[in-house]
Amino acid sequence: MTLLILCDHDRGTLAEASLEALTFGRDLAQRAGLSCEAVLIGEDAESAAGPLAAHGAVQVHLASHVLLTDYGPEAWGETLTQLTRSTGATAVMACGTDRGNEVIAHVAARLDEPFVANCTNITPGDTWTMTRVQWGGSLLEDATLDAGHRLVTVAHHAVEATPTETPADGALVQFTPDLVAEAARTVVKDRVVLTQGITLATSPVVVGGGRGVGSEDGFAQLEDLAGALGGVVGCSRAVTNNGWRPHSDQVGQTGTRIAPDIYIAAGISGAIQHWVGAMAAKNILAVNTDGEANMVAKAGYAVIGDLHKVLPAITEEIVLRRG
Amino acid sequence: MSEFPNRANVVVIGAGIVGSCLVGHLARLGWTDIVLVDKGPLPNPGGSTGHASNFIFPVDHNKEMALLGEQSANQFRDMDLSVDPGGIEVARSEERMEELRRRMTSAKAWGIEAYLLSPAGVRDLVPFINDDVILGGFYCPTVSVVDSLETGTTMRREAIETAGCQVFANTEVLDIETVEGDGGVTAVSAVVTDKGTISTEYVVIACGVWSNRLANMAGATIPLVPTVHQMADVGPIDILAETNNEIGYPVVRDMDSFCYERQSAGSMEVGSYGHRAILHHPDEIPSNEEAALSPTEMPFTPDDFDEQMEQAIELMDMLGEAEIRYAINGLLSLTPDGMPCLGETTEVRNLWSAAAVWVKEGPGMAQVVAEWMTYGYPRVIDAHGADISRFYDGERSDEHIWSRADESFIKTYGIVHPQEQWGGRRNIEVGPYFSRQQDLDAMFFQARTWERPQWFGSNADLVERYGLEERPVEWDNRWWSPITVGEHLNLRENCGLVDLSAFQVYELEGPGAVAFADRLAVNKVDVAVGRSIYTPWLTADGGFHSDLTMMRMGVDRVRIVTGVFDGGRDEFWVRKHMPTDGSVTFHNITKQVTTLGLWGPNAPAVLGQLTDQDLSQNGSSYGSIVPIQLDCGGNRIDVSLFRISYVGDTGWEVYTDWDNGPALWDAVMAVGADLGIRPTGGGVYGSSGRLEKGYRLMGAELESEYNPLEAGLARPKVKAADFIGKEAYLAAREKGEPEALMTVLTVEDQTDSHGRRRFMQGGNEPILTPDGNRIVDSHGRASRVTSAGFGPSVGKHLLMAYLPRELAIPGTDLQVMYMNDLFPVTVAATGAVFDADDTRMKS
Amino acid sequence: MRILVCVKRVPAPGSRINVTPDGHAVDTAHLGFTTSPHEECAVEEAVQIAEEHDGEVTVLTLGPPEAEEQLRYAASVGAHNLVLIPISEVDWDPQRTASALTTAIIDLESADGPFDLILFGNESADAGGFQVGIRVAYALGRPVVNGIKGIDVANGTASARREIDGGFEVYVVPVPAVMGIKEGINLPRYPTMKGRLASKKAEVHSAVVEAAAGGQARVRLHRPVEQVSETVILGNGPEAASAVVDLLEELGVLS
Repeated sequence: MTLLILCDHDRGTLAEASLEALTFGRDLAQRAGLSCEAVLIGEDAESAAGPLAAHGAVQVHLASHVLLTDYGPEAWGETLTQLTRSTGATAVMACGTDRGNEVIAHVAARLDEPFVANCTNITPGDTWTMTRVQWGGSLLEDATLDAGHRLVTVAHHAVEATPTETPADGALVQFTPDLVAEAARTVVKDRVVLTQGITLATSPVVVGGGRGVGSEDGFAQLEDLAGALGGVVGCSRAVTNNGWRPHSDQVGQTGTRIAPDIYIAAGISGAIQHWVGAMAAKNILAVNTDGEANMVAKAGYAVIGDLHKVLPAITEEIVLRRG
Repeated sequence: MSEFPNRANVVVIGAGIVGSCLVGHLARLGWTDIVLVDKGPLPNPGGSTGHASNFIFPVDHNKEMALLGEQSANQFRDMDLSVDPGGIEVARSEERMEELRRRMTSAKAWGIEAYLLSPAGVRDLVPFINDDVILGGFYCPTVSVVDSLETGTTMRREAIETAGCQVFANTEVLDIETVEGDGGVTAVSAVVTDKGTISTEYVVIACGVWSNRLANMAGATIPLVPTVHQMADVGPIDILAETNNEIGYPVVRDMDSFCYERQSAGSMEVGSYGHRAILHHPDEIPSNEEAALSPTEMPFTPDDFDEQMEQAIELMDMLGEAEIRYAINGLLSLTPDGMPCLGETTEVRNLWSAAAVWVKEGPGMAQVVAEWMTYGYPRVIDAHGADISRFYDGERSDEHIWSRADESFIKTYGIVHPQEQWGGRRNIEVGPYFSRQQDLDAMFFQARTWERPQWFGSNADLVERYGLEERPVEWDNRWWSPITVGEHLNLRENCGLVDLSAFQVYELEGPGAVAFADRLAVNKVDVAVGRSIYTPWLTADGGFHSDLTMMRMGVDRVRIVTGVFDGGRDEFWVRKHMPTDGSVTFHNITKQVTTLGLWGPNAPAVLGQLTDQDLSQNGSSYGSIVPIQLDCGGNRIDVSLFRISYVGDTGWEVYTDWDNGPALWDAVMAVGADLGIRPTGGGVYGSSGRLEKGYRLMGAELESEYNPLEAGLARPKVKAADFIGKEAYLAAREKGEPEALMTVLTVEDQTDSHGRRRFMQGGNEPILTPDGNRIVDSHGRASRVTSAGFGPSVGKHLLMAYLPRELAIPGTDLQVMYMNDLFPVTVAATGAVFDADDTRMKS
Repeated sequence: MRILVCVKRVPAPGSRINVTPDGHAVDTAHLGFTTSPHEECAVEEAVQIAEEHDGEVTVLTLGPPEAEEQLRYAASVGAHNLVLIPISEVDWDPQRTASALTTAIIDLESADGPFDLILFGNESADAGGFQVGIRVAYALGRPVVNGIKGIDVANGTASARREIDGGFEVYVVPVPAVMGIKEGINLPRYPTMKGRLASKKAEVHSAVVEAAAGGQARVRLHRPVEQVSETVILGNGPEAASAVVDLLEELGVLS
């Protein structure tokens, strides 16, 4: 019996997270007595198949169809569902990325089976027991899964992708799903780059400065770092009050609420009114000379030091790594 | 960060406004080896300071709060961390307008600039206010807004730079350790934190809402409860943003909706004291890590705030379209009596409390505590009302604290009458006559935990007998009855029986008892057995700490009798100074003895029916304590007759065992029936009787800011024995004539500008010159009414007040302000205005 | 234009989340509650679309009776109709939730006509199941796309943008359709004071729906062994730059 592992790729470039799923899945398959088989869907999929065998895929199912021109959750979900049926797979998994969780949820809806997202470990058995992530990692849930088809995703970064010591065969097997036009109604139609229009409220990266920046000119270093990260600059109320930045840059209860992937708070003590605007950030890196500052205590990460030395060093390091 | 110390002279716990200012003040007073710890980060450790609205209205009816508020405002100004946008209290009701007139009076007393404004006048200052819904406003241009967190930072920095203070944030106190020393005295010894243990001489708890939990670690109590004050920040509002200023318009207190509106840059903070009382146990407060915002910014409960929102929109229409951007159930501390908890804890030596302090009094209160720790008593102001030792055990339970907080939260912006009584937690302590007094329809006033009859409904017939009337204005009449005048006149004509069970009675016993007692008292305690003295106890600086009676009950036994309002403080003062060598033991016998006061021209005749002993001044001389037996309905009851009077007529304080009380009461009432005896309440004993005699009351006329010479209580000679405050007392005597003198003034015309007869309450009403100017002595002490009441036997309303020496001359014409009206007064005496030579009392 | 938004009431914790002693739920003793953030943005998006297209917004939740608070919040920022599916448990599993929502939606549509758009949050802030919206879409037979950070509705189709590395994927979906919204699509407005007061008077319809439990069951919740609330100090001064950039790479913001 089979464990199918959906491997995500973007027009032929394999997503790193897929190898995490394989690393996790091959071990699970072994313990559950299942055959660990990878699935690649869509045009150019074959060029992504290279590392899969080395990571434990006994077979690689290549699904292609004229409607699978690009990613489409319904089409991918239907394809994976048909493959599940045709291979007689009893378990299907993916990495818990946006696409992984989405496609497995589609399979679950089509099969009318439960789906457990973002597991960190799984104990197979008649009933599977697993630990999964809640609250974005702040809590873990022990759960049980009772189903004909076990549908799960493994939490991103739960394991590190590593090749097996004894690479599997990884034989490529072609699969052509039977898709109707309706399945393609949610296929990606276009790709756009929106350089304009990234706002403080929606930017994935915000570099914020507070009283500690010291002057209007001091913000040039924040602009440099934000530029290197494709983000924008924000500030605290003390900065606005000093006239160093316009009010439209102010993060806080009387300014903008932000929710970036990372907020780099430089020279900001962390007054509550500022925190109210910044607390939705997924990650916060505080840069402050005072290790006991409120923002340092509230942040997930901190660098203790003078922002005017730390920020340029970070910018330089980014440029260096990008070559 | 420096290495974590294992040794300190003083550890201050809590780095909010109070703890931070305290280390600064300790440094100024020369303290070293100071360590400040807080479990939260800096500059905002997560306590109430972090979400305070930070405005200071300087006018308060209460002297301690007003003067410490002023002191604090000055300290904020000195640090340049304060601006003065001004502030307006607006009235929506006539009753509130009257309260604003009372505010004007208090403003005058403390010398604070203030104006009564018409609705249009308010609108001139606050153009977005709806002047249709208000009747007027009380405007105070010196209302300030401060930066409390930056103040903390500044004061900590000063302590670090000048005294090497060490500050440790993110350091949680796990325990406060104590040791038992000589004489069974428990003293603080160490603070255990998650970073290490610090052994220390002194510990100060400045932990705001968590203070009681910290005190409990050492076995002490700081009676306060974390209480919610809701606040919402709404904006953006263009007219506010256009000021380009943190605060460009006066702070508005919408008193009748218990709300304030305070500009905060481009938005408005709407805060409320009008919602239901929401109390929390300290254990319910989340940690910094668990809290969504900060520990004391608890989740907003919008249902509680809706009514306030409607009223806020009614007052300022623009608020309706403003967005609610941040709203909290902010925590602050409430105590059972609304005053702070300052001073050394009664349970643990060298463990101090600096708690239940608002930002507006923070720096001043910190100075008080620092001085107290340094000099043995604060210098900047008498802080007896904030002294944590004022609380009795019955006031330290959660049940009591919660009941009081539940009842008092709404009074934060309420109109509170000086005599206002509590509704809940009554009858905590009652005398042995309580059921009899209930049968006599007594109106009980509660003095701390003790119930005392103020007047008796059963004496209503006296109103007709003496042709008495209610007072024309409800405020003056509230918590008052003309019956009290009837009881007074009856006592002067016949006699009255007064329940004095609330007296706090202690005994010192042992070979060192008399010597120790003499160390406490200004006057000589080492008198003949059976004699008493009335004496001040002084602070080291020579001001009043206490004022009470001491009786030489035996060769090695001294009894101390003090008033119920001061019992806690006085007992603590005794215990603190008591020798630890075992030569003196202390007994609190308050609930073993009961006291009845029997006074009036018929008092000897009444008592004479119960005994054959000589009750004349020969057999029972003034000031003597004579043990005798009274025949009470066949029972022979042992009593001590103490010939003394606080009301100015002859008679006794009769002390007996608590259990004998009811039989004594019944016997005296029975034999006194034909001699006109009436049960008589505190309205006579504590007010009209004593005022006619000019007797001083601790906490009113007597405070640490005044010395016995100024109070008129200095004896011609000073005893040889040493006593606390002697040096300062001698120095004051050396200077000759005192700067100010306590006087009794008569109100010459009680008619107000509306033609109504008014009765001042004794709530710090200012005494003014005929030109209407404040009177301030050379020490900066303003003349104000310390006690007031009608004197039935002199037919005048009487006021007590300190006046500069040159004005303290009988016949001097001055004025008093009451409810913003002026009334002519005349200095009548520095002593009694009734029976000045004490003929009635000593005959 | 009729738009339905499905929201969830979730606790609003700090950096450390406590669990009840029995492990079955988050300890909410001193916590407030809020609308799951993706869904708060979905409500805002719905209100904005409705404002543009003269539409009407209905907000539906499945939760304890107290979830009325989150419905009223939605009303205070512009939602028109409020529907609560009351449950007595703390939470339902994803299949059961989807089943109940589907039943309620069918009832709502049969009464007042179909919804052009049904918006969900991409995933709930607490349980994070990543599936309820998709299950509902299948049950209703409608197209569904998750992770949406931009919507333009015109001429019977909805153009939706989904963020990927370096840009956006564009989906063009016929309406009626279902979408999973991601935070960042907009900046949700705060309620005004008048909005709050008006929402107090809004009617909350109750839709009592039963549904069978699914195959996923909770055993217990617990905190990760490593203390996530502790701040990780990446270093002192400029020397920390390398560790910072490692972090940025790990978070995927260095593309």
